[in-house]
Amino acid sequence: MSARDRILGRIRAAQGKAPVASPQERAVVASYIGARAPGPCPSLDWDPAVRFRERVLALSSTYEDVGAIEDAPRAVAHYLRGQALPLTAVCWPELSSLPWQEAGLVVETRAARGDDLVGITGAYCAIAETGTLLLLSGPRTPAAASLLPETHIALVRANCIVHTMEDAWALVREEHGMPPRAVNFVSGPSRTADIEQTLTLGAHGPYRVHVVLVR
Amino acid sequence: MQVTSSQFKQTARVKLTDPRLQAALRKLQGNFVKGRADRIAELDNFEDIRDAAAAIRDRALAHLDRYLEEFENNATARGAIVHWAETAADVNRIVCEIAARHGVRRIAKSKSMVTEECGLNDALEAAGYEVVETDLGEYILQLAHEHPSHIVAPVVHKSRDEVSDLFAAKHGQPRKSDIAELTREARLMLRPRFLAADMGVTGANFLIAETGSTLIVTNEGNGRMVTTLPRVHVAITGIEKVVPTLEDVATLLRLLPRHGTGQAVTNYISLTTGVRGKDESDGPEHFHVILVDAGRTRLLGTDLQPMLRCIRCGACMNHCPVYQSIGGHAYGWVYPGPMGSVLTPSYVGLENALDLPHAATLCNQCGVVCPVKIPLPELLRKLREQQFERRLRPAAERMGLALWGRIAQRPALYAFAARIAAKILAWIGGREKLVHSLPFAGGWTGGRDLPAPEGRTFRDLYARRGATREESGEIK
Repeated sequence: MSARDRILGRIRAAQGKAPVASPQERAVVASYIGARAPGPCPSLDWDPAVRFRERVLALSSTYEDVGAIEDAPRAVAHYLRGQALPLTAVCWPELSSLPWQEAGLVVETRAARGDDLVGITGAYCAIAETGTLLLLSGPRTPAAASLLPETHIALVRANCIVHTMEDAWALVREEHGMPPRAVNFVSGPSRTADIEQTLTLGAHGPYRVHVVLVR
Repeated sequence: MQVTSSQFKQTARVKLTDPRLQAALRKLQGNFVKGRADRIAELDNFEDIRDAAAAIRDRALAHLDRYLEEFENNATARGAIVHWAETAADVNRIVCEIAARHGVRRIAKSKSMVTEECGLNDALEAAGYEVVETDLGEYILQLAHEHPSHIVAPVVHKSRDEVSDLFAAKHGQPRKSDIAELTREARLMLRPRFLAADMGVTGANFLIAETGSTLIVTNEGNGRMVTTLPRVHVAITGIEKVVPTLEDVATLLRLLPRHGTGQAVTNYISLTTGVRGKDESDGPEHFHVILVDAGRTRLLGTDLQPMLRCIRCGACMNHCPVYQSIGGHAYGWVYPGPMGSVLTPSYVGLENALDLPHAATLCNQCGVVCPVKIPLPELLRKLREQQFERRLRPAAERMGLALWGRIAQRPALYAFAARIAAKILAWIGGREKLVHSLPFAGGWTGGRDLPAPEGRTFRDLYARRGATREESGEIK
C-alpha cells in the first residue's frame, strides 16, 4: 500500500466513511466544483476605472492615462526621463510592434535578465477592487519581465478592468479554459516589513511600478 | 524541528523580562492589530464573507479525500508530479530524491512553515545541497541560526541593531543601520542566488482542486522568483490546504491578507499550474507537489477538526494577551499563539506540550478575530480535558480539581466551604487586604497579589438580594 493510499484511507476512516467513495459523494464534489459559484462580494458601487486608479495610487504605484496604445511609448519615455532612469528596457514580445524607437527608447524583446533595470509588460486584465494587475505567463508574455527589473511599467487597457478577482477568474476560464502555467497578481512595488515592521519598498522585485492606462 | 514546548514556563519567564522583545511585541499590536481592524471595516459585508470562508474550509475538510484526488488528477494532467508524505521525515526524503533525480545543487526557498515542521533545511544541507532562505525574515534567521517567532513576521523578535550586526558579520561589508539599506544589502546578496538556483522550494497557501494549481501569497517577490527562475519547483504543503475552486480562493483572499498583515491585498498572489510550456522563456521544467499529513489526519473526525480550517494568517497570536507578552519562541515549536497551542500538542503529542493548552486566558480574542471562525478557546479546553483524562497533569492539580469537582456538586457543602475559605483569605489578607502568597498557588501569587475577599460571599449576597426582592414584591 502506498503512502497516498494510507493517507486517503486514514482520512476516510477518521471520518467514519467506507473505504471507497460512493457515487453520491463523487456527485456532491463534482457538482460543487462544476457550479464554480462566487461567494459574497462587498458592494461594488464604484466606477471601475476610478476605483482602479485610486487603489493603484494607494499601493504606492504611479499612474497615468494615455489616449491610445500608440501613445504609450512616448508616455513611458517621459516617465523614465522624469525618474532619471535609463531609456533602455526589456519588453514583452506581445508589445514589440509599438513605436518604441520613435519615442527614443531602446527596447529589447527577450527574456529578462537579473541586471535589467526597466521591464515593460501589458496586463491580461486589472482588478478595480484592489488595484491589482493580472499577468498570465506565456511565450509572448514572460513572467520575469515584471519581476527582475527594478522598475516595472505596465500598459493596461481601460476596457480590461474588471471589478473583482472572481470576475478575473471567469474571464480566464472563458478565454483560456484552464489557467496558464503562472497567473501572477501584482499589487504595487515589492515590499517587506520584516525588520522592525518598517515598510520598505523593493525587497526582491521592482522598487517602482508605473501603470499606464490606455483609454 | 525540535520540540522545546516542555520548557514553556522557564522560557516565558525569560521573555517577559527581555526589554527588546517587549518593545518589538508592542509594535506588532500597533501594526497588525490596527491594520486588521481598518481593513475589515472596508468590507460592508465582512461577516458574510467570514461565514462563507469558514463554510469553504469545512466543505473541503468534509470531502477531503475527494478534493485531494481531484487536485492530484488535475495537477498530473498539467505535468506536475504529486507526492504524498506521511511524516516530516518522508518530506525530507522525497525532496532529497527529487533534487538527486534532477541533478540539483543549489536550492532557493521561499517561506514555508510546513518545511519548518520538517527541519527541511538541515536535511538538505546534510545531504550536501546548498540551501538559501530568500524571505528577508527567514534569511536573517538562517544567518543567525534561529527559528521563526511568528508565522507571518518570522523575525519580529529581532531589532534592527541585531540585524545590522548580523549582516556586518556575515556579509563582510560596512555595517549599515538604515532599514532600507539593510533590505537593499539582502537584495544584492540574494539576487545571484535566485539566478543560480537549480531548484525552488515553496509552501502553498492553498491547493486548488478544480485546476490542480498551488497558490502562494507574498509581498517581497521572492516567491515569484523561486517559482519562475529555477528549472525545478517543489511546492510542499499540508493536505488540509485544499479548496475546491478558484472562486473559493477569491473569497479566502479577501480575508487572509487583511488578517495577516492588515493589507487589503498582498503584493503578489501567484497561482502556478503545471510546467513551462513550449516556447516559454521562463518557468520550471519540472513541478513537484508534496502533500503532507504529519499528524493532520489525527485531527479529522475529532473535536479538533475545526483547527484544520486554519489559513495561517496569524491574527490569533497578534491579538493574544499571552503571545503579546512572551512572543513566539516560548511556545517551543513551529506554531506559536493560540493556533500553535492547539496544533503543537496535536502534531507532536499532548505529553510533549503540557503547558500549551494552559498558555491562554480563554479570553476568546482569538476566536473573535479568526477569519474562519475556529473556536480556539473551546479547542484549548478540549485539550485540557484530554490531559486530565489521560492523567497527564500533575497529581496535586488532578487531586485539587477532583476535590473541587466533588464539593461543587454539593451546593450546601460548596457554600459552606466558600464561606470558610473567604474568612481564611480575609484573615491572611490582614489590614492590607492583599494576599501575597498562598500554598499550592505560588505560580499565581508569584507575579501578583490576590485581593482578599471582604464581607459576604457571592452566594450569600445573591441569596439575600433574592430575599429582599421577594419582600419588596419584585419577584413573585
